[in-house]
Amino acid sequence: MIKRLTWRVATVTEIRQETPTARTLVLDVPGWPGHLPGQHVDVKLTADDGYSAQRSYSVANGVDGERVELTVQQVGDGEVSPYLTEVLAAGDQIELRGPVGGWFVWRPHSSPPVLLIGGGSGIVPLMAMIRSRGKSDTPFRLLYSLRDPGQLFYARELEKVTAGVEVAYLYTRTAPPDAGRAAGRIRAADLVAYGWPPETAPDVFVCGPTGFVEATADLLIDLGHDPAKIKTERFGPTGG
Amino acid sequence: MGIISRAFQGRPRDHDEKLPPGQYLVHDFPVLSAGPTPRVPLDRWEFAIDTAEGEVHRWSWQEFLALPQETPTVDLHCVTKWSKFGTEWRGVSLDVLMEDVESAAEYALAYSYGGYTTNLPLEDLLDGKAWIVYEYDGEELAPAHGGPARLLVPHLYLWKSAKWIKGIRLLNEDWPGFWETAGYHNYGDPWREQRYQGD
Repeated sequence: MIKRLTWRVATVTEIRQETPTARTLVLDVPGWPGHLPGQHVDVKLTADDGYSAQRSYSVANGVDGERVELTVQQVGDGEVSPYLTEVLAAGDQIELRGPVGGWFVWRPHSSPPVLLIGGGSGIVPLMAMIRSRGKSDTPFRLLYSLRDPGQLFYARELEKVTAGVEVAYLYTRTAPPDAGRAAGRIRAADLVAYGWPPETAPDVFVCGPTGFVEATADLLIDLGHDPAKIKTERFGPTGG
Repeated sequence: MGIISRAFQGRPRDHDEKLPPGQYLVHDFPVLSAGPTPRVPLDRWEFAIDTAEGEVHRWSWQEFLALPQETPTVDLHCVTKWSKFGTEWRGVSLDVLMEDVESAAEYALAYSYGGYTTNLPLEDLLDGKAWIVYEYDGEELAPAHGGPARLLVPHLYLWKSAKWIKGIRLLNEDWPGFWETAGYHNYGDPWREQRYQGD
């Protein structure tokens, strides 16, 4: 019998604002068993009358002792994300259990090149993979689709990613003047220019809103990528 | 009750008895799948039930559509916490499909175009509890939601309702499926909040 994933009390030690509507919560979770990059956790908030609400969030950092980082994007009419992005402060406690999910994960011992394609806050589990790469020889390419430069998560860190990780920004609405690519949604030419060719049989991870993931997965298959090598994680407009 | 989250209020309480523990209500229809959406042409579509004793029952799309239909209206509960009430489907009851199938098997493994699998006790597919559906809300079932046809087992978390269903294998032993081998609960009863292994 596998042991139940128990609820643990996490203490917020630090908060980093990523964009005006998203922030990273750095949590200290005593007893945290560790996680694989790409896994998520369930967060539970409880009101003083006993009412509670749960949501799932991807872990943003690589395994690092009892430290767990979550990056939360505020959802307009959300119930949990506005609390996490506006109310929660350093020193506060929340409940959390995990890690959950054994499919959308990169295992650092795997050898094929890695193609990461994130839309919006879909970057979060992909960032955990980049941060877990360490000194691995596996070459990574990241295609990061975002509305405009103001929506960029992890800006400073992505600026100085190590050799072996190539990053392409696909701005959908407003591109900076030096972008070298007209603003627009992801298209086949982007996957050809910034991705890995199908012949290299990359491990592909696509995460983002449903429409983005559907479109990207279809483009990848049309280019000849093996559907069995494409792992996806979709989130809808609801949640948060 | 867990620790109190300082200044957390949450949504107005509606105390909806139809909402299982830890779930919240949505009005759209989120999509969750582990890989790309497979496209299955209807002229090559086939649904099969193969028994533990080696018998195979097959239906082409035309044969499948000729079976008696039902229009269940059911509540859906996804392990990712959302629930959706009153969804309307059209399809064929597993009772109809199993009518001429003889087997002593106690377990079932649903398998899909695209390679997805999920397991459940055979009894959870029978007695009006499960359907193979091909219409949602009066329209043909969209590929992202499992079209041309998906399994619908609404009394379990929605990952048990395999999209792009290709067949059901009857087994003498329980054979964990895709999510069941990736940390999720083997049975998945939303009312007992059986989300993950060990719950």
